Amino acid sequence: MEVLYFAWVRERIGIPKETIVTQAKTVFELIEELKVRSGHYETAFSDTSALRVAVDQQLTDFDASIEEAKEIAFFPPMTGG
Amino acid sequence: MEISVQEAPFNLADEINRFTGRQKNMGAIVTFSGIVRNNALGDIQAMEIEYYPGMTESVLGEAANRSIERWSLGDVLIIHRYGQLCPGELIMMIATAAAHRRDAFNAADYLMDFLKSRAPFWKKECKTDRTIWVEAKSKDEVDLKRW
Repeated sequence: MEVLYFAWVRERIGIPKETIVTQAKTVFELIEELKVRSGHYETAFSDTSALRVAVDQQLTDFDASIEEAKEIAFFPPMTGG
Repeated sequence: MEISVQEAPFNLADEINRFTGRQKNMGAIVTFSGIVRNNALGDIQAMEIEYYPGMTESVLGEAANRSIERWSLGDVLIIHRYGQLCPGELIMMIATAAAHRRDAFNAADYLMDFLKSRAPFWKKECKTDRTIWVEAKSKDEVDLKRW
């Protein structure tokens, strides 16, 4: 699956997107998997209350299933307008 | 309905005239436009706007469709820019067309509340010595709950 990062999440991790092969069943499990990769990921995912997630471009919760997902995006709360 | 997420500037008067000119049987048009605001210190040199290509357009389209249904609108136009903008520059505009003014006002108000906290855009202020990601305001969530 493709994992996308936006705004300060992108800056902390250092890349805008990457392809990930995972056995994670939920967004939360994926985050736990990513966090142990490096300090960059750990910093980006340290406070999930400051994060939002979209699975296949639909805003959802951290306990959402990602088993069929093609695209997961992590970003801070939106500030449009 | 028309949604445009674009880097290029747009001409507000031209867009309003174009939107107005294509309406049939509508009596009211409400427009809202947002510009880059400087702070009290005046030290914001630029605003960088990032978005999520694909999701942003579809989320705005869904919100526009909901507003068309709820307030019986004839038409909706949303233009939102991304990239680097200077204070005073137009960031975005919304236009709603309805038979009567109240529906057009309410729909524009709803669309702005939605856009503020549900459309995937992120703003970064570029100051002389640093850059700061703009934080979401809790009031924006309160505003959205009105609908």
